[in-house]
Amino acid sequence: MIRFLLKGLLRDRSRSLLPFITVVLGTALTVVGFSWTNGAISAMIESGAKFATGHVKVMSRAYAAEADQAPNDLALEGAGALISELRSERPELVWTPRIKFGGLIDIPDGNGETRAQGPAAGLAVDLRSPESPERDLLNLDKAIVRGRLPERPGEILLSDGFAVRLGVSPGETATLIGATMYGSLVIHNFTVSGTVHFGVTAMDRGAVLADITDIGAALDMEDAAGEIFGFFRDSLYRRDEAAEVAAAFNGAHGGDSGEFAPVMASLHEQSGLAQTLDMATAVYSLMLVVFILVMSIVLWNAGLMSSLRRYGEFGIRLALGEDHGRLYRTLIAEGTLVGLLGSVAGTALGLGLSYYLQVKGFNLGSMLKNASIIVTNVLRARVTPVSYFIGFIPGLAATFLGKAVSGIGIYKRQTSRLAKEFEA
Amino acid sequence: MRNCIPLIIIALAALGPAAAAVAQAPDGAAILRRVDENMGSDNKITTSEMVIHGRRGSRTVRSRSWIQGRTKSFTEYLDPPREKGTKMLKLGDQLWTYTPSSDRTILISGHMLRQPVMGSDLSYEDVMEDQRLTALYDAAVAGEEEYAGRPCWILDLGSKGEEIAYFKRKIWVDKERYVALREERFAKSGKLLKTTEVKTVERVKDRWISTRVVFKDALKEGQGTEFNLESIEFDAKIPDHVFTKASLR
Repeated sequence: MIRFLLKGLLRDRSRSLLPFITVVLGTALTVVGFSWTNGAISAMIESGAKFATGHVKVMSRAYAAEADQAPNDLALEGAGALISELRSERPELVWTPRIKFGGLIDIPDGNGETRAQGPAAGLAVDLRSPESPERDLLNLDKAIVRGRLPERPGEILLSDGFAVRLGVSPGETATLIGATMYGSLVIHNFTVSGTVHFGVTAMDRGAVLADITDIGAALDMEDAAGEIFGFFRDSLYRRDEAAEVAAAFNGAHGGDSGEFAPVMASLHEQSGLAQTLDMATAVYSLMLVVFILVMSIVLWNAGLMSSLRRYGEFGIRLALGEDHGRLYRTLIAEGTLVGLLGSVAGTALGLGLSYYLQVKGFNLGSMLKNASIIVTNVLRARVTPVSYFIGFIPGLAATFLGKAVSGIGIYKRQTSRLAKEFEA
Repeated sequence: MRNCIPLIIIALAALGPAAAAVAQAPDGAAILRRVDENMGSDNKITTSEMVIHGRRGSRTVRSRSWIQGRTKSFTEYLDPPREKGTKMLKLGDQLWTYTPSSDRTILISGHMLRQPVMGSDLSYEDVMEDQRLTALYDAAVAGEEEYAGRPCWILDLGSKGEEIAYFKRKIWVDKERYVALREERFAKSGKLLKTTEVKTVERVKDRWISTRVVFKDALKEGQGTEFNLESIEFDAKIPDHVFTKASLR
């Protein structure tokens, strides 16, 4: 039966080619749309992860309770030993310490008096270790606007807009006025090695990026870190795996109930990000459902059109004595075959495109004025297991339903009136 | 009218004790003036330590200060080693700080004035306060109470309208020594910002001096900052050059 229908479809292109092409295109678009949406959500997650949350993050219990304020007086002490432990226990993640700090950047004149001053948000990361992942994570090599990355102790980067506003150039001195881990006033001189573009107005208005060793020394935080970030080595956030890593760590350190004991939180557990991501996922999912519905209607319509075009053929087949039920079933079987073959081909095409967009990405670099640290200029799709079958929903179901609804007309045709129809 | 006379007599009788009490209560401004006079300073050199009780433990910071009147002071930090050599100069409403490690002299201004001094419960704004309380606040006697075994007047202080660090204060003034033994400092919203408790008062020459005071920033955790006055030298001769920016380096 199936071979018979297949032969019919292949030999009569008029009843198979257009529906097939429509299903292929619709399915491929669904797969690409779904994978692209995944990529967009992943980009949002990655952007937040590399600056605020990591895929997982270790903090002291007290720090975690006030994490929004980045209270360095509650930072983790003995960070070096803890990082070694994490690297040994969880080698599937890259571990890197961070210190967030705030203060004023003061630019001296020739006499050491204040020439310009402005408030700054600071981030200290491991910039100088050869094995540090931070250069890649923060896209630093491309985000440099003037000068170069810190290479020697005591060098910092300023956001370019901030540097322009302060009138400071690479090579000049910038003094950080802030507070130590113990709350004492800090006045520490740095040399501006370069300027960077963060890509977020608030950061570009006043931000400092420095090596964690230098900031540790300045803020009396040697061997201390506000936060220790963990990233999966393939840069892809996996919610369940991150939650498992965090739960295992917290289980192992659960015996220490002190307020400075380390605790780990996955990305989803931090800063209300779970709600934001869930909302974004819901919005994207809604968009995807609407898209699939539209595609379903298009494919359904193609099924209807196909059936209408074959109005005469059905009449002849009924006149020749073919049963209504058998005709209806063969019509549905044909539709299902076209839908199945079209969905397979469309999914293959969609996956191919999605994989290309996942690997190569879509580079907005030429459209953006500057590369930045926070906002990525390469948008990528992300293929997940769902990408492999999402296209079958509109591809198969819609053609099936299209044929099923349009085929109902077969039962309305009365054999006794067929002769009159042919005369007309 | 005749019928009213007994009522008036009864009312006067009832009001009598209260009226007498009001007549006996001292004027709030007068009490505050006495507090100011007792706290008023001449040239003096002090050595003190701050024991800062933070969430991670306690730190002790020692310093030596040269003070001239209410508007000039120079402080050099002696301990711990990380803070040693840090200097602060207050001239009127300006405050400079110098750290030897950066060799920079920085004017502390704006929001930095609200930052804690050396991580203590005292802000630079607290250090900067140099006007007499009578110049900043209107005082009213809110009651009397025994505090730390001493009879005290309770004064409610309300800002005279200037932009000051603490819009309202409530102070417990020792009735005999005119020392504010306890103080609560409030924001304009009524939120408690800081408390001070005097633990020890000593007679030095003709003044009562608070030699051990605990400051507590109500907005942060910790056990507060203990201020211990180790020595005080009144009427000290202080050369003028001490109160210049040149002395910071």
